[in-house]
Amino acid sequence: MTAPAFLRSKPARRFLRNPGTVLGTALAVVLVVIALLAPVLAGDPLLQNLGHRLQGPSAQHWFGTDQLGRDVWSRVVWGSRISLRIGFVVVAVSLAVGGAVGMAAGMLGGFWDELLMRVTDIFLAFPALILAMAISAALGPSLGNVMIAVAAVSWPNYARLLRAQVLAVRTLDYVEASRALGAARFRQAFLHVLPNTLTPLLVQASFDIGSAILTAAGLGFIGFGAQPPTPEWGAMVSETRNFINEAPWASSAPALAILVTVLAFNLLGDGLRDVLDPRGRTRR
Amino acid sequence: MLSFLLRRLGYLIFVVWGVGFAAFFISHIVPADPAAAALGSNARPAQIEAYRHKYGLDLPAYQQYLRYMVDLFRGDLGNSLRTQRPILSDLKDFFPATFELTLGAMVFAVLFGLPFGVIAALYQDRPLDLIVRTLALVGGATPVYWLAILALELFHSRLGWLPGPGELNPYLIEPHRITGMMVVDAALAGEWQVFWSALRHLIMPAAVLGAFSTALLARMVRSAMLEVLSQDYVRTARAKGLAGRVVTFKHALRNAALPVLTVMGSLLGSLLTGAVLTETIFSWPGIGSYATSSAIGLDFPAVMGVTLVAGLAYSLINLLVDVLYAVFDPRITYA
Repeated sequence: MTAPAFLRSKPARRFLRNPGTVLGTALAVVLVVIALLAPVLAGDPLLQNLGHRLQGPSAQHWFGTDQLGRDVWSRVVWGSRISLRIGFVVVAVSLAVGGAVGMAAGMLGGFWDELLMRVTDIFLAFPALILAMAISAALGPSLGNVMIAVAAVSWPNYARLLRAQVLAVRTLDYVEASRALGAARFRQAFLHVLPNTLTPLLVQASFDIGSAILTAAGLGFIGFGAQPPTPEWGAMVSETRNFINEAPWASSAPALAILVTVLAFNLLGDGLRDVLDPRGRTRR
Repeated sequence: MLSFLLRRLGYLIFVVWGVGFAAFFISHIVPADPAAAALGSNARPAQIEAYRHKYGLDLPAYQQYLRYMVDLFRGDLGNSLRTQRPILSDLKDFFPATFELTLGAMVFAVLFGLPFGVIAALYQDRPLDLIVRTLALVGGATPVYWLAILALELFHSRLGWLPGPGELNPYLIEPHRITGMMVVDAALAGEWQVFWSALRHLIMPAAVLGAFSTALLARMVRSAMLEVLSQDYVRTARAKGLAGRVVTFKHALRNAALPVLTVMGSLLGSLLTGAVLTETIFSWPGIGSYATSSAIGLDFPAVMGVTLVAGLAYSLINLLVDVLYAVFDPRITYA
């Protein structure tokens, strides 16, 4: 039996040849499926049963129970919805904002370029976690505000990346040609420049899903994110950390969930870079 | 070089001003009420009014900003709403501990990340390389607070090898404060028992904080080394019959230094702020803990102070990296 045609193409082969990439992709897909199927796979993440506190993993409670007798598996599964949503929303917002700024800076050039990039520098210089803390403290701790806070510190990377790409692509012959044919600047930007700058952005986005999840969970851990009893992974680690001695599973399960999720998207990013970005390719 | 430096210093001032402005904006165009947070929910409206008046919170935003800027030029960051002390002296108290922790983490990262990266590159695709790469991947994805909790449980509670949270054994007297860094001050004072205790307290938080950087550094060193090792001059050096050691360290590592330097610069910047989580868990009296308590208490002047100092540190480090570029790589000159 031969593989379908798209799996035999050169980029696909390069993607599939690397076991890390395949693992990352598989993990990411499994995580998304778990998040989508949470109502089927897991029970009530908030249901307390004080008679069954801090019980070890068993057939009934795969990941054991926490200090309130809640099923850790259910909480971790429902938590995946929160973390993945944070990851995707933050990256989408950062891409949109950073992309627009970088595009404008690269296409307009001159004064606007200078102004926009200096503003970008300001946000890059912000201490990420402290800014995020300040924003969620000011707006009140909630999931939505965590997303705003993390997006506020992650968009500048995209602005820089896209600007550099635009500057490189802008002078290529086919863009010049479109200008010679009388294409308006807006049309040039969206039809000719943008599609040819997306590759590195996609790679960066994959890495950033992981780091957004990590940052958001960190905020949850120090209490600036989702509030208890919400099954947010960072908050779960924090709530159960005092029971590490009696019930290591209660804090380890959400922590490992964070680790695996971040790892998956990092591996995916590595693989995408290898396939899509020939210059960034490191020989293995 | 001089004009480059001047231009970059100009940028730096602009960026730091911008950071301050944005911090001011965030802390003033927000629903949270610092007065209510400071006085508690039982405060009478008159008390809140008096408090707001005392700290100028009742003025229009632009007047508050002008006051803040004027004070800033006098070197006054205002008073903390929480500790009631000038923020600048708070920062002076808390910053050295963070700096000490960051340096410790950096030492850890260089001590392990650098050799691991070199080894991985030299033994590309062999078991050693795979182990280093796996460790680096996992290290880059591990939540630092979980690592901290595990390390405390294992090395402190179970094995008893290392002391728990804090900077010093509570039975010991702190050395006379010179740099603010406990280890350094103890050594300067010649109090070796204190020095030893402070050093032992530093090991775990520094290693935990440095774990992520170690992973990143190992990855960067590995790929930079691989890049360099395939260059013609390295092949030439080998063909000449130079010892592998000489080629590795003199020809390859030195040329791999530049990308590594960049990473280390950005790591140093991120460590200063990444210390927030580590400091919280290890009760480390640095600006990370200070910022966290300030943010919880809606003490925005203090949060702004921390943000300004961190922004300044970040910008200075970046400038330093750029200057070091020119030092390490003669091909780079700044006109």
